[in-house]
Amino acid sequence: MLNLELFCNALTIGVLLGGVYCALAIGLSVSFGLLDVVNIAHPAFIVLGAYAASLMGQWFSCDPILAGVLMTPFFFLVGRALYQIYYLSFERRGAEALRGMAFFFGLMFIIEVGLIMSFGVDYRVAEASYIGVSYQVGWLGIPLRLLLPFLVSLAMAALLLLFLGRTFTGRAIRAVAQDRMALMLMGADPVRIKQIAFGLSLGSCAVAGSLLLIIIPVEPSVGRVYIGQVFAIVVLAGLGSVSGTLVAGLLLGVAESLVAKFYGPSWAPAVSFGILLAVLGFRPAGLFGR
Amino acid sequence: MFWIGLLTALGLVFAAPHLVGNEFYLRTGYTVLQFVVLATAWNLLGGYAGYVNFGAAAFFAVGAYTTVFLYKLFPLFQVPVWMIFLMVPAAGLVAGLLGLITGLLTLRLRGVYFSIATLALAVVMHTVVTNWRFIGGATGVSILPPREVPLAFMFHSYVEFLFVMMGCITVAALLLARYVERSWIGRGLAAIRDDEDAAECMGVPTLRLKLFAATLSGCLFGVAGAPLPYQVGYIEPMSAFSLVYAVNALAMPMIGGTATWLGPLLGALLLGSAQEAARVTISSELNLLITGALLIVFVVVAPQGLIGLLRRLRGTP
Amino acid sequence: MKARRSRLGSAARAAVLVALVLVAPAYAAEQTPIRIGFGMALTGGLAAAGKSALIAMQIWAEDTNAAGGLLGRPVELVYYDDQSNPAVVPGIYAKLLDIDRVDFIVSGYGTNQIAPALPLAIQRNRIFLALFGIANNEDYGYDRYFQIVPAGPRPREGISKGYFELARAQGLKTVAIISADAEYSQHSAEGGRKNAAENGMRVVYDKSYPLTTADFSPIVRAINAVAPDFVFVSSYPVDSSGLVRALNEVGPAATIKMFGGGMVGLQYSSIAESLGPKLNGLVNYDWYVPEKSVMTPAIEAFLAKYRDRAKDAGVDPLGRYLPPWAYAYLELLGQAIARTGSLDDAVLAAYLHENPTMTAVGEIRFGPKGEWEQARSLMVQYKGFTKDNVLEALDTPGARQVIYPDSLATGSWLPYVQGKQSGG
Repeated sequence: MLNLELFCNALTIGVLLGGVYCALAIGLSVSFGLLDVVNIAHPAFIVLGAYAASLMGQWFSCDPILAGVLMTPFFFLVGRALYQIYYLSFERRGAEALRGMAFFFGLMFIIEVGLIMSFGVDYRVAEASYIGVSYQVGWLGIPLRLLLPFLVSLAMAALLLLFLGRTFTGRAIRAVAQDRMALMLMGADPVRIKQIAFGLSLGSCAVAGSLLLIIIPVEPSVGRVYIGQVFAIVVLAGLGSVSGTLVAGLLLGVAESLVAKFYGPSWAPAVSFGILLAVLGFRPAGLFGR
Repeated sequence: MFWIGLLTALGLVFAAPHLVGNEFYLRTGYTVLQFVVLATAWNLLGGYAGYVNFGAAAFFAVGAYTTVFLYKLFPLFQVPVWMIFLMVPAAGLVAGLLGLITGLLTLRLRGVYFSIATLALAVVMHTVVTNWRFIGGATGVSILPPREVPLAFMFHSYVEFLFVMMGCITVAALLLARYVERSWIGRGLAAIRDDEDAAECMGVPTLRLKLFAATLSGCLFGVAGAPLPYQVGYIEPMSAFSLVYAVNALAMPMIGGTATWLGPLLGALLLGSAQEAARVTISSELNLLITGALLIVFVVVAPQGLIGLLRRLRGTP
Repeated sequence: MKARRSRLGSAARAAVLVALVLVAPAYAAEQTPIRIGFGMALTGGLAAAGKSALIAMQIWAEDTNAAGGLLGRPVELVYYDDQSNPAVVPGIYAKLLDIDRVDFIVSGYGTNQIAPALPLAIQRNRIFLALFGIANNEDYGYDRYFQIVPAGPRPREGISKGYFELARAQGLKTVAIISADAEYSQHSAEGGRKNAAENGMRVVYDKSYPLTTADFSPIVRAINAVAPDFVFVSSYPVDSSGLVRALNEVGPAATIKMFGGGMVGLQYSSIAESLGPKLNGLVNYDWYVPEKSVMTPAIEAFLAKYRDRAKDAGVDPLGRYLPPWAYAYLELLGQAIARTGSLDDAVLAAYLHENPTMTAVGEIRFGPKGEWEQARSLMVQYKGFTKDNVLEALDTPGARQVIYPDSLATGSWLPYVQGKQSGG
């Protein structure tokens, strides 16, 4: 029963959601894809960003997206500091990825419990003038609540890609993933470069968190739901490909949306991960991986 | 020395119900022993081979739901008493199979892909169970253990029976882990952990070893989960697939020490007891906070776990 | 290592017990409190509700003690956090019964947290009062189980019975059923299907969604596409909110005359506030609303005390949804004890089965399986909410008009679209 109007709507929603998923995953694409740091706590930081945005809205009546942008420098600094700890504890000692993962796992729990202890388990919602408004374009209904985060995600992705491609630091970040020695020979300190990269990764969490707050009500354990999804996107894109994150995010968003519409929403999560497992089984490098 | 310890432990397990005689302690003991098995199972792949499994809950819950499936085959209150002896191996079989399949799909790749796949697997299994009405779906299943207790000459109550059964499972799991560690399998896994490429070059059958470890690990997870429905009396997907199992399965071996079979035992006993005690005393979110904090502290400060610390104190390298 | 530790522990505990036994006679018998033990969700997904329930229960204990206690003895609550996790419940109740040796056990909040405790209660033949559980006792048929929420003898259908009867009264024939993949919703949806069948209605859409669904507009569109006469929703707070937003964004199909039914969360002030005028027109279940036909002075007095304490506790500040019932289910126990003068489980259970009991939420008569003999699930329609008046509207008559049952009605049913326009 292929109803064209339903299909187009599902597709549109899928695309919009996919863009936001990309924003959630793009930071991980940098930290995991480029730096090989398995930051399981990435979604927890996103939830932290959502809470930061919510607080800003509560105290200063600040628009969530603006709040996210304003919080980015703080998250960046936290990211740099966190990476320093990680580097000193694990990478320098040459320990296996196992310990690093365990470290972030513990961190994720501490963040979640910290949020619960500080704010309770009540849901937080964003308040903004564009929430609840929907544009009708012919058949398609486009909710602003999804459109604006989608646009912001695209902007963030574009900015990040520009940075990685055009600036010295950005190119150095790409380089450090591929050839550390060459980078050192060029006079850049690999550790400092990685610090910046991880800082960027966490900085993106501030914005991603504010976007998340706009599309769903947030409470501390919401992050766990997205762990699998963000990793799925990064792997589907292929490690090392930040631009691939957009494509992967869109694919995942559309797949979820279509399955939800035509087979029933219950199967949507399984399908996303079915895709992941299939990718890992047949083309582990992902779509664009090196 | 080890065998004396083993026999003593086994003896204590059987004697415990008579010594303790209090249902609360038996239940607490069950939970702690369950975590010992989980930690040991995780360590087979995680500690010995270096492949991190984030989806312990998936295998554990699959074990529990195998029991539920078999339970549902019978009309209410008419499950034969001896079924439980069938449910445990069945659970191990199903979960082991799941481990094998996951392994086949992902163990050819880098370790981190396996880890992500286990995360994905947990979500997929959760969705499958939630949508499967026969085994309860989202509403869950209430399980009333049969009025008769198996081996009634030994046990006064079902709780006692379950405790002793879990105790036997634990001893078996530890024996298995010790055997694997000391055998050529364990040496092969250690070689994989240290440098997989080098091991390949030296002729170690890495894929087969990894698959073996994944299967055995999954099997043990499932066996740990099999008696859970009877123990709790109610199973539903949200709590069966809880991330808490995954975290504990990871934290306990890491805190105890991943190199040997003793580490998970130590980690699970300490962390498990601490959590159970915290549950009824501090009784708040602090429980989770403590687990997370301990994990971080140990991972940063004492990467070899408690066993490593003890060794350093004693002076052995 | 493990056995040594528990032996030491046992020895220590034995020593303490001996000491207590020696000292105990020094206390006059009247001073030993009557201890009521339970697990309650203070952390985890159910914590928002659990914490508010705990406050209500503490108020009951204080009220009772201020009035002289039960049978001259003070009451004391002994509780542990069950972390919204069913697996820890049996351990908690084992401790309450075997170690703390409480006089009575009552349940935590919600079907999932009641289910693991019930077998234990049955095993020990204890009276067991339950808070907001659906059909926990259906299969067991235990005669010492009592559930406080007025879902009636067939709880799954009881919640939505009124909704479907309203639909039938309006001649609505086709229904779309949408539910969350979680315990309550699935029970409620099942009840909905039975109600639809009994009322001769055709189910044209019947799907469920995972709790993690972020966007509901595809679901609303899919429902619109089948053009049902009315929609029966069984959802949890987050998705209730999402569905209402999606409904307002996408707009209902022209055929839809009624929307709502079993949406949990619309009764919470935080969610209601964020939805504001979007609530108008919805028909939803509720157990107690500030309408003249239902209000009791006892509850209003209780709420005044509750609100004072809820302010700083990070829970629902208005407290109209769960707290009155948490207060009432302890009241049941207290009343039974006071009237029978006994602390014996069998006597108390028999009393509650045979006699109507007056509580803050009204008079309760129990059926054989421990549910209310008669369902008293209200159907209310939201009218008159504006962006700024939500908290006030939730608290005063007129905004949530009772439209079912007729005996308690304070307003008349409006089709969804008309009801939606009733706001400011």
